[in-house]
This record gives sequence, C-alpha cells and structure tokens, in this order.
Amino acid sequence: MMKAVRFIAAAIYRKRWLLTRRTVQIFILLAFLYHLPFLGRIATGNLSSSEWFGTMPLTDPFILLQSLLAGSTLAYSAVIGALIVVGFYAVFGGRIYCSWVCPINIVTDVAYWLRQRFNIKNNMSMSRQLRKAILLLALVLSLFAGTLAWEIINPITLLQRELMWGSTAGATFLFGLFLFDLLVSRRGWCGHLCPVGAFYGFLGRFGRLRVTASKPDACAGSGCSACVKVCPEPHVLAPVVSQDARTVTSGDCTRCGACLDKCSTGALSMKLDLGHKQRFKDIPVVTKK
Amino acid sequence: MSKKPENHPDVTEPARRKVFKQIFRQFGVAVVGTLAGHAMLRSRPALSAEIIRPPGALPEPAFDSTCIRCGLCVEDCPYDILKLASWTDAAPVGTPFFVAREDPCRMCPDIPCARACPTGALDPLLTDIRKADMGVAVLVGHETCLNYKGMSCSICWRVCPIRDEAITLEPMQNARGVLQIPTVHSDKCTGCGTCEKHCVLSETAIRVLPRKLGLGRAGRNAAGRDRV
Repeated sequence: MMKAVRFIAAAIYRKRWLLTRRTVQIFILLAFLYHLPFLGRIATGNLSSSEWFGTMPLTDPFILLQSLLAGSTLAYSAVIGALIVVGFYAVFGGRIYCSWVCPINIVTDVAYWLRQRFNIKNNMSMSRQLRKAILLLALVLSLFAGTLAWEIINPITLLQRELMWGSTAGATFLFGLFLFDLLVSRRGWCGHLCPVGAFYGFLGRFGRLRVTASKPDACAGSGCSACVKVCPEPHVLAPVVSQDARTVTSGDCTRCGACLDKCSTGALSMKLDLGHKQRFKDIPVVTKK
Repeated sequence: MSKKPENHPDVTEPARRKVFKQIFRQFGVAVVGTLAGHAMLRSRPALSAEIIRPPGALPEPAFDSTCIRCGLCVEDCPYDILKLASWTDAAPVGTPFFVAREDPCRMCPDIPCARACPTGALDPLLTDIRKADMGVAVLVGHETCLNYKGMSCSICWRVCPIRDEAITLEPMQNARGVLQIPTVHSDKCTGCGTCEKHCVLSETAIRVLPRKLGLGRAGRNAAGRDRV
C-alpha cells in the first residue's frame, strides 16, 4: 500500500509542472463554460476579451492591436483589460500565455506526445522566424483590410467558440492543425507558425520569471541534455546547457516547466529573477562563467 | 563557445549576412503573404442582408474593425438570441448577429448587450432602445401577404413592440373592398424583427433589411433615364 502511494507520488512529482499547467489551462477553459453554484460565472466572454468575477476586464492585446490598426477607436474597458494583460506578461514572461492559458497548446501537445509515442520521424522543417513574419502579416493585413485579419483563422478563439456554443464549423481546421503537428511538422504550429506566440514572445521578452540553472555544477559534465530534448523551444536552453548563461533569457521560452520535470540532477529551477545580485555587475543577467 | 574565424575577416561576416538574409526573407514572406491574404479577405462574401447586428452596433465597416469578437454581448443577452459568427455564417468570423426569423431582438429597455461591449462596437451611448437601428422591416411579399389578399391577419402589426407606431394598418380601397395594409414607419422601426419572426407564411412576407437595402431615398438618380 505505502509502496503504491509512494509510486504514485513519485509519478506525480515527475510530472508536477505538466500537471499544474494542465490544471490551470483546463480551469481557465472551464471558467468560461460553467457557472459556479451561488457565485455565478467566473469569467464571461472568451480569450479575446473577458470579464472575470464580474469586475476585472481582460483583453488580448494582440487582438486589440489588430482592431486599432483596422481603424477602431480606443475604448476604456478594452484598454484597461489589455493593460492588465500586458503588465502581467511583460513582468513575468510573455509566452506563459502559450503554455498556461492557450487551449490550442493542449491540442498540439497531444499531437507531439503521439508523435513521440508512435515514433513519427517525418518532419517538415520550418524557420522559427516564420511566426514573426505571420505576425507582421496579420498586423499589416488588419491595417489594409479594416478587419481583424488573424481572427478569421485564429484557432484559439475558434476552438473556444466551438466549445462554448457547440459549433463544429471549424472542427475540420482544428483537426487539420492537429494532424499537421502530428504528421507533418514537429511542434509545427506553436513553435513555428502561430503569430500569437510571436506577439507574446515580443511582449514578454524581458519577463522575469525564468528557468535558472541554480545549481549549474550538478549539471556540468553530465552531458545528458534531457531538458533540451523535451523543450518545445530547444534553442532557449542552449546557452544554459553550454554554461554560457545562468538563466534562460529568450522571449521564446514558454515557462512550461518541461525541462524542470525532466531534469534529474536538480540543476534547474524556476525563479523570479529580479536581478538584485547582478544589478551593478553585468546586466543583463546572462553571466559568463 | 564557438571559435570565430578571426584570421579571415574578409571572408566571413556571418552574423551580419545572416541578419540581412533573415530580414529579406521575412520581408518576402510578408509581401507575398499580404498580397495573398488581402486577396483572400477581399474575396470573402460581403455581409449578408440576413445578418442583423445587435442594437447599437456601429455601421458596418466600423463595427468589423471595432468588435473584438469576445462574445460578452452574446452571454449577456437574456433571451440568448445572439450568436458569434462561425465560418459558415455570412458575417466576419466571431462577430455577433441574430437571425430575426429564428429569434428576434426583444428590445430590453436596459440594453444589456450594448452595456457588455468592452470596445464600444455596440454604442454605449445608446440608452433608449427605441432609438436602436438594427435595420428596418420591409413588407416584401405584396403578393403573398394575407392582408393584401383581403384577410385580416395583421400579425405583424399585433406583435410589433412599438405598437401602432412602427407598423400601422392603413386602409386601402380596391375592387373587392377595403384592405388593411401593414405599413412600416421607418423612423419608428428599430429592426428588432419580431414581425418577421411571427409572419404566418412559410416564407416571411415582412423582413428586416439593412436600411440601405430596405428604403428608397428621395433625390434624383444620377445615372437614370432623364439624364439624356
């Protein structure tokens, strides 16, 4: 009995970041879908713009930016909502949105997991810069066409609308996206194409919640690089693994914690890096060894 | 750290070259993508006349750019008439609309949908629902409307929430007697669609249309016959 409990506890511990992340993601999805008894709705609206607990507005700054480019005027509530979102991600790290909030992440993570499971090697390689080009494209198109260009295909709000109103009009596209990630390109959507991720990457490129090599000596020379293998954006870990930097500073890091789950040496941890110690030495916090 | 080929500065400046290559490539993608994307956007069907926006909606090009597709209006509608457009609806994806024939606007005096809008795509200054302009009811089926056939159906007149103001019955003499003709007064009609919903015919004889389509306008036709 004790053995079983210990076994389960260990299994949970090995996936602690993944499980926490999924819980948060699913909670956010459900918050839009269900009423709480006595309390009512937690959140109304959707990930474009929402109202939490009937008071706090949250607005996706990327969608608002498209709207402004398309020619809308500023509205108080939307701007406040966007500022809250911008503030949070700018302080903590932009792509937290990708791995802790975005429901498409669940879809693409499942695709990736199945890919590993069935050992699908086929991979169309794309540049990770492509998403930045698509981001630019979405903004330019919004400006010219006077509509919210990315919202025509945005699978995030599409999936949410499908779930909330039981529609299936976009199901083929969502399934196509899943198959694309499963069969065509490894981490194709979230890692290469999605302009929302690119936007949040820019937004939170100086975010202070960072994967930190708190005990770099534990890692040194082990040569396991398990963290890099599970990382959805492996390039962000490269400077840490090669001991050129203490912390992951790239805006591409989604703070998903996969590296922390995987690291058996305990070298890595997630830290709020306020840079106190290095403030007068060598900013940025990338410290050469 | 990788070694830099310091001995051959003339051969390689890989960093700078890489940056330029990247910039040009992204620029190329952006240009091609803009052309393709713009063509795609332009080729999408225009907003269908059957699509009716919630009360207080800005006129169409402005609504398309201002609406943030959040669905707060949809959730705050107490009668659940609003939907966000999916790919199969004849409206920009994610924007709210209702279909009068299925479920008309009930004209709540507090206009909760417009209150909920965070961006002002539904005008927050609209406080009197009677001033809303979702369209205008037009009696399109002169050959099918029962009142035109001499019967006294008058359902559109009876259900109209702006009773006897937006739709009145105007007597009209014809060979068989007096007809009671439902007549819409466009200055009073809000386009809520209650008449369209309740028209007894299998295909409604009265329907809400955008004002531009539903109403004529006084003045001379610049391209008309009398120009010659």
